[in-house]
Order: sequence, then structure tokens, then C-alpha cells
Amino acid sequence: MLTKRIIPCLDIKNGRTVKGVRFEDIRDAGDPVELAALYAKQGADELVFLDITATNEKRKTLRDLVREVARHIDIPFTVGGGISAVEDVEVLLQNGADKVSVNSSALHRPELITELASRFGSQCVTVAIDTKNTSEGWKVFSKAGTVDTGLFALDWAKEVVERGAGEILLTSMSNDGTKGGFALDITGEISRNVIVPVIASGGAGNQQHFLDVFAAGADAALAASIFHFQEVPLPELKQFLAQNNIDIRI
Amino acid sequence: MKTVIVDYKAGNVQSVLFALERLGVQATVSANAEEIQSADKVIFPGVGEASSAMRALKAHHLDQLLPTLTQPFLGVCLGMQLLCQHSEEGDTDMLGIIPVQVKRFEVAMKVPHMGWNNLHHLKGDLFTGIKDDEYAYFVHSFYAPVTEYTIAQSSYPEPFSAALQYKNFYAVQFHTEKSGAPGAQILQNFLNL
Repeated sequence: MLTKRIIPCLDIKNGRTVKGVRFEDIRDAGDPVELAALYAKQGADELVFLDITATNEKRKTLRDLVREVARHIDIPFTVGGGISAVEDVEVLLQNGADKVSVNSSALHRPELITELASRFGSQCVTVAIDTKNTSEGWKVFSKAGTVDTGLFALDWAKEVVERGAGEILLTSMSNDGTKGGFALDITGEISRNVIVPVIASGGAGNQQHFLDVFAAGADAALAASIFHFQEVPLPELKQFLAQNNIDIRI
Repeated sequence: MKTVIVDYKAGNVQSVLFALERLGVQATVSANAEEIQSADKVIFPGVGEASSAMRALKAHHLDQLLPTLTQPFLGVCLGMQLLCQHSEEGDTDMLGIIPVQVKRFEVAMKVPHMGWNNLHHLKGDLFTGIKDDEYAYFVHSFYAPVTEYTIAQSSYPEPFSAALQYKNFYAVQFHTEKSGAPGAQILQNFLNL
């Protein structure tokens, strides 16, 4: 059986993890490679690295990081942040990334999705969608959740899949950081209406939240701080899900 | 021992190089006929789309060379499908080394088939030390059906070929280089052939 995936997310700035990490058993909590290796050992099914660097040296730093991750980590990983051209993706994949995630650049120029899919295959093109629950329904937001694009999340999800996306990373900005659980309704709705896998993101606070979002139809679930601060340790989470009849790799 | 990774600018060469490096093996990346012919082991990675990969192989004259090789050969992911006869992806004639037709997954399931899935019905030396039910990482939208050349199966939801073998040509649909410890073991088993 294909298993549900648990995906720790590492926010990267200038080649280091940010937002805080608290592990006693690693030397340097800011070293993404060390943290990634620990997660891989603990049973993470994949990793996502989101680069939030804003310097001119960005591409080179990210390329070097991708290379070091690929050298040491034997599970798949996705790299996102600031990718706006075929050439950006080429560099990341050549250095060992398995997938890339595009967000604002796809909103800005949707043809990019098709260009990437036809050049590298849909399987390495993840489109990240940031959504908020508004009075009109679930809308797509850009610029870190500040700008309403006018698009409905379900419509945009269908469009990116038509254009060649192989996976959707759906982040509910309404739930993100609340630790009150994932956005079950929109995650389920999009998952039922597109053919590609959907990664749920935003709102994880405990083990039950993962069970709920898989029951709602998510193919994978992503979280950051609850893993970084060991509030929900990965091995225990996977045991819990397996005991509750979720197909999961132990 | 000389291990060569076939370079046709359509493979995830770096990940395979690193996986070999973790096993203590320095491999050469090459599209050169003599280099490939003289290798003890040849690894043929691949990601991307079938017809463009075939075009790249032809551009490097590898479509003529690869079928003539006699040393242990390992196709990975698209590298497995390229060894087959034909693919529904882009209605592409492949290398034709293994007489198998590659098909697209039916749309009742999510496509691509992406994530960790079990290996079953393991046959032969490639799977020495790998237990039935072990997990491997897959990412693909097209598959090879189960035939007499199947040496490992997985299911989505129907059984398909997770690995193929025809003479010296071994091939795996999953990514050995991204399948954790079991993937590393399978790669080591190949190097031990």
C-alpha cells in the first residue's frame, strides 16, 4: 500500500535553519543538514526546505545547501522559495533536489508550471498554494498571506494540475501557527477534486490533527515547529497513526 | 571495480553519485561509448519525460550502444522504463531491451504514484537481505505491468513491476538512492553482482 507521508519543513535563511529548533541530540540546531539527517533517521518520509533568504548570493548558497543535503540524506526532498525560471530548477535538480515548489512565481506567470513540467516531468513540480478562509470562501493569497489574488483555492488547484503540477502543497494561512489542527474542509475538497497528491500544511498541534487530516483525504502532512520543538516526536506520531489504521511507513 | 553512470543530461545523476559515495564507491559519469563499454557496472538513472529522454539518448548515440552491453546494468525509475519496448508516455518507442509495454496509471488513483510503497515477490540477488514488505520510494505516472521479467512487485492498487530483469539488464522503478537503508542495500547488491 502507498503510505501517507509525514513531512518536516525546514525554513532556511542564508543556508541555516531559522524559526528555532530545540533538539538535545544534535550539535548545531541551525545546521539544516544535521537536522535533516535526524529527521530522516526518525522516519520522516520526505523533507521540504523553504528558502526565505533575500540576498544576491541566494542561489549559490541554496545550491550548496541542496548539494550537502543530497550528499548526506537518503530520502527525497523538495526545495522551494524564489524559484521563477527553468534555469533555477535545473541547478537545484542537478545538485540533488528531487522536487521544487513554486508559489508566487506560478501565480505571477502560470505558464511556468507547464514549462517546468515539460522540461523536468510533473513529478518534480510541486505548486504551493497559500489559502485563507474569507467571507467569500477559501481564497488564494500571495506575498506571505497579505494579498488576496482574487482566485478561489479550488479553482487555482485545478488549474495548476491542468498546467502540469504533480503535487499541491496546500497551506491554510487561517490555521498556520494556531496548533488547532489542519484546515480539513478545504484540504478534503481539493484532494477529492484533483488527481495529484495533496500535502496539508498549517495548524498541526498534536497527533490527532494528523489522523484527522488523513481521514479528510490528505496524501501527506507537513509541519515545522512541532517537530523542531519535539512537541510531537516523529516516531511516536507514526506509531499513533499506524495504530489508528493509517497506512504509514514505520 | 569501475562503475559508470550513463550521462545523457536527463538523469538525476548527482543523487546516484552521492548514494554510491555513501557506499564508498567513486563512480564516473560519462556518455562516452568506450568508457561505458569498459565499465564493470553501468547505472542508468532517469527522471523526466520519456520522449525527450529518448531524444537525448539518440543525440548521444546511446540508443545503439546500451542494448549491446553485457556487464551488469541497472536502470532506475525512467531508466527502467527506457529499457522497455514502448511507453504510452508520448507514444514513445523505447530502447526495446526488455519486451515490456509501459502504460499510464488508470485515473481512479492519484497520479503520480508518489511516496513509499511495499516491495513484494522479490526474486534474485538484487534483493538479498531485503524482506518482503520492505518500503521503497516511488515517483512515477507510468508503469510496467507484471510479466515474466518481473523480479519485484508493488501495488497501486493493482500489482505492477517494481523491478525487472532480462539477462544482465536489471531495472528498478523506485529510487534506490532515495529509499533509505533498504535502497542502499539494493544498490550494494547490484554492485556485488
